[in-house]
This record gives sequence, structure tokens and C-alpha cells, in this order.
Amino acid sequence: MIEIILQLVVLAGLVASALMVFFLKDLLAAALAAGFFSFLISVEFYILQAPDVAISQAAIGAGLTTAIFIIAIRATSRYEGGEEQ
Amino acid sequence: MRMSKIVRTSADLLYPFILIFGLYVVLHGHLTPGGGFQGGAVIATSVVLVIVAWSYEDILAMLRKVVYKAQESAGLILFIGTGAAALLIGFPFFYNFLANSGLLFGMPAPPGPNPGELNTAGVIPVMNIAVGIEVWGGLAIIVLCMLSSLARERT
Repeated sequence: MIEIILQLVVLAGLVASALMVFFLKDLLAAALAAGFFSFLISVEFYILQAPDVAISQAAIGAGLTTAIFIIAIRATSRYEGGEEQ
Repeated sequence: MRMSKIVRTSADLLYPFILIFGLYVVLHGHLTPGGGFQGGAVIATSVVLVIVAWSYEDILAMLRKVVYKAQESAGLILFIGTGAAALLIGFPFFYNFLANSGLLFGMPAPPGPNPGELNTAGVIPVMNIAVGIEVWGGLAIIVLCMLSSLARERT
């Protein structure tokens, strides 16, 4: 029972963070929301008893991919639409 | 562009703890979940955290690309050398010649549900350490190459 409640909370967080990635105009905040999405996926892997995959997902998805996005944002503009603000 | 002082200080504070956790995952790869690739990715995350927090000139003063290239090559050489060392003794390629031998990582595994004895499993922890070193250098050098394209954009 507690597992089902935990999975529902994680799934609601996944949908909410995916919508945040879609609607945010600040690209740095959108990249951090994508990192939080990956972190929630790793929590879901851990609930489904795959801790090996959870460590990989937390390190690669939430850490390295977010860092590469942030470096790309540093090289271009921060806000969606192209103009420098 | 460099991040604010809060980000820089917290990155410097978090760096040794993430490093130690990654080394733990690598060294206990044959006992607990994780292994060479996962631990190396966690260690590379700590390096990348410092890279993201500081500016390009500070990173050039702190980290060198040659060190990570040498580290990646050293990990690969250790991996293939451990596999080829079995050939020199007279066993097949990648044979686990260290298990139950009494040498490094050579203790016989005690019975019971995962008693957690680190000094077991023969050649497998050596392979985990080699893969961990290699992934650490490889993923760090990917992000360093991304950062060097950022410097060419500015000038």
C-alpha cells in the first residue's frame, strides 16, 4: 500500500516537472527541471528494486546531462526567444 | 561568466563528499549495487560540478585536459593488462586467477547472505577499479571539451 502511494507521488512529480520543462521560458530553470525529472525517474527505479540502474540514472541523467545543458546555456542566451536580456 | 559565490562555495564543499561516495561505489562494486561504470559516473559528476560552478579561466588554472587523457588511457591499460596477465601465467584470457589464491583480493568468500567481505572475488574488483578510472577520465574530458567550445564563442 505504501509503495503504491509513493509511486503515485513520484508519477505526479514526473508529470509536473515535464510540464515545467515545456512551459518555462527561463532555459536555466527548464534545464534544472529536466534534471529533477531524471532524479524522479531514478527514485522510481529504486522503488522498482533496480538500485544499479538508479545509480546510473542519477549520475548520468541528473548530473552530467544537466551540466552539459548549463554549459550550452552559458554559451548562448539564457531566455527563450533569442534576444539577450 | 561565473556563478554566484553561494554556488561556488557549495560546489567546493560538496566535491570531496561526492568523490568519496563514488570511490566507495567503485571499491564495493562486487558486494553492493553499483560497480565501475556507476562509481566512475558519480566521481565525474563531482568534477563536473566544479566545472559548472567556476568560470573558464579558473577551470584552466585548476584542471588540465592532459591529466584526464592520461587517466583514461591508464584505466584502459590496467583493464587489458589484467586480462592479459592471465595469459602470461598460462590460463585463458580474462581468467580469474586471483580468486581463492591468498594474494590481493584472494580470500575465499565466507558463507552466508552477502557477509560483505571486501577482500574476495579475485580479479573482478581490479576490473572495477580500472573501469572506474577510465569512466572518470572519459566523462570529465567530454565536459571539458564542451567548455573549450564556450571559450571560442566569447573571444
